[in-house]
Amino acid sequence: MKTDAAPKLLGMGAERSGGLLARIVRHRAIYALVLPGLLYFIIFKFAPLWGLLLAFKDYNPFLGFWASPWVGFDHFTALFADPNFYLMLRNTLAINLIGLVFHFPLPILLALMLNEIRHEAFKRLNQSVVYMPHFLSWVVVASLTFFMLSADVGVVNKVISAAGRETVSFLSNPNYFWGILTAQNMWKEAGWGTIIFLAAMAGGDPQRYEAAVVDGASRFRQIWHITLPAIRPTVIILLILRLGNMADIGFEQVLLMINPLVLSVGEVFDTYAYTHGILRGQISSGVTVGMFKGVVGLVLIVLSNYVVKKLGHEGIY
Amino acid sequence: MSFVHKKRMTLFDWVNYSLIALFSLACLFPFLYVFSVSFTDPKVYVPLKFYLFPEKWSLESYRYILSTNSFLNALKSTAFITVVGTVLNIAVSFTMAYGLTKRTLPGYRFIMGGVVFTLVFSAGIVPNYLLVKELGLLNSYWSLIWPSLTNAWSLIVIKSFMDSLPAELEDAAKIDGCSDIGVFARVILPLSLPAIAAFTLFFAVGHWNTYFNALVYIADSKKWTLQILVKTLVIDSNSVAVAQAGASDEAVVPQETIRMASIVLAMAPILLVYPFLQKHFAKGVMLGSVKG
Repeated sequence: MKTDAAPKLLGMGAERSGGLLARIVRHRAIYALVLPGLLYFIIFKFAPLWGLLLAFKDYNPFLGFWASPWVGFDHFTALFADPNFYLMLRNTLAINLIGLVFHFPLPILLALMLNEIRHEAFKRLNQSVVYMPHFLSWVVVASLTFFMLSADVGVVNKVISAAGRETVSFLSNPNYFWGILTAQNMWKEAGWGTIIFLAAMAGGDPQRYEAAVVDGASRFRQIWHITLPAIRPTVIILLILRLGNMADIGFEQVLLMINPLVLSVGEVFDTYAYTHGILRGQISSGVTVGMFKGVVGLVLIVLSNYVVKKLGHEGIY
Repeated sequence: MSFVHKKRMTLFDWVNYSLIALFSLACLFPFLYVFSVSFTDPKVYVPLKFYLFPEKWSLESYRYILSTNSFLNALKSTAFITVVGTVLNIAVSFTMAYGLTKRTLPGYRFIMGGVVFTLVFSAGIVPNYLLVKELGLLNSYWSLIWPSLTNAWSLIVIKSFMDSLPAELEDAAKIDGCSDIGVFARVILPLSLPAIAAFTLFFAVGHWNTYFNALVYIADSKKWTLQILVKTLVIDSNSVAVAQAGASDEAVVPQETIRMASIVLAMAPILLVYPFLQKHFAKGVMLGSVKG
């Protein structure tokens, strides 16, 4: 039911009045603005979801999408029976775990240290330096790693051989793989990761610090009792969200670092989907693996987001 | 930071400053090393020796690279994709984000729901590949532009930024008879310049650094992007493939200095823009974490 006052009003009231059709017409310019993005999402984000059906079919390129026969859950049973599956699972878990132990705390530590710097210029200079690797591509990072660790031309091996020892093949030795991946992540992202913690620390109350000193607190005690609690909520949220992201191993990073010699420790779901699904044309197999990873990831993210919200904070949605 | 009465540095300070400096040096070292070798005269470089400073300065490696068709093609490809891609990114992201600030839009919750859904689930590598193939985009530069036209995170951050602009400005414009599109173009956009600047850099860096999509969608080596070329030259050491990217048979000499120089080239634009990046990005991260 239209009210007489509608044309003259501004704000939420006027926009909500009228029947559905009237509201759609009134918002036509807004729809026009939203349209390109909307089309993008429909075509490139939602249309591919149809492809997931191929996990339940035996895709034959000659028969095409619709004519290829249905096979129910056969691909999934095959996947769970494949020893590679457990390798991928193990690798994903291992990389995540090592990352949680070494990579996750580093930005916190760095932020604490940066926060204690009393010369503003020195602090800013260091911040500029440690933020920089965040902007590099993985190709650059992998190439730099190559020139650090390669058996022939790597710096580390140059130093080792100059000391008279035998060179070490870091890049082709499975024992080093997880460590190298984690080190790369730490180098690339630890500096950038301090931003959010420094912001949380900046919100601290200076009077609490002064009061602590009056009570005779050392720098360490001040950090322990004031700074750390100030960032506790941030740490917890980020930790939970990080756990929610476990399914998503840095795909480009791993793809660039794996070679046949380290495949047993490097193969993860996405690399498998790429090499088997796209390179070898085993479409249904690739879709199945990708779908498994996607669903597990979905469950983890939804769970972690729920926990974060239950703790009273904003989640990612 | 914690409170200390003394004006001079305590032991705590010295240790702290040293450790930070150490970490910064660790961040810098690979850059310094690669820079230094890339500027070394190839004739003087010995693979097993450890250099920190060029023994003999020379631009020879760079001169060589920039004269090969392979690199020139790759630079052209990457530049095209970056420029065109970024312009489209900004156009689509800012228009849709503005539309998403209008909560009274019929279907708003449906659209927002769809956008947020992409944050938690994606069809996966193979279905996306099949789509690109079906659309006939394989082997075209557009396969690197259309599929990444915008993304949920950017939309949410930009929307959040626009939400923070005072509503009175829009209302005032509307009273003056401005149309919806007019409000967007004449009021919101000019006020969004900081966000536009930040996201231009953000999208441009993303395009420049793209590796996987280029790897999967582009088969013609003459259309390779810079990252693919560098990867083939440095990590695969495949100088034959690199030569073919320049439609020639003359192999790019896989000398260390040249491989280093190619890495430097792959990161050069990022480093050049970095001072500006840093200011805007840090702001962007804060925007992102305080999303509305």
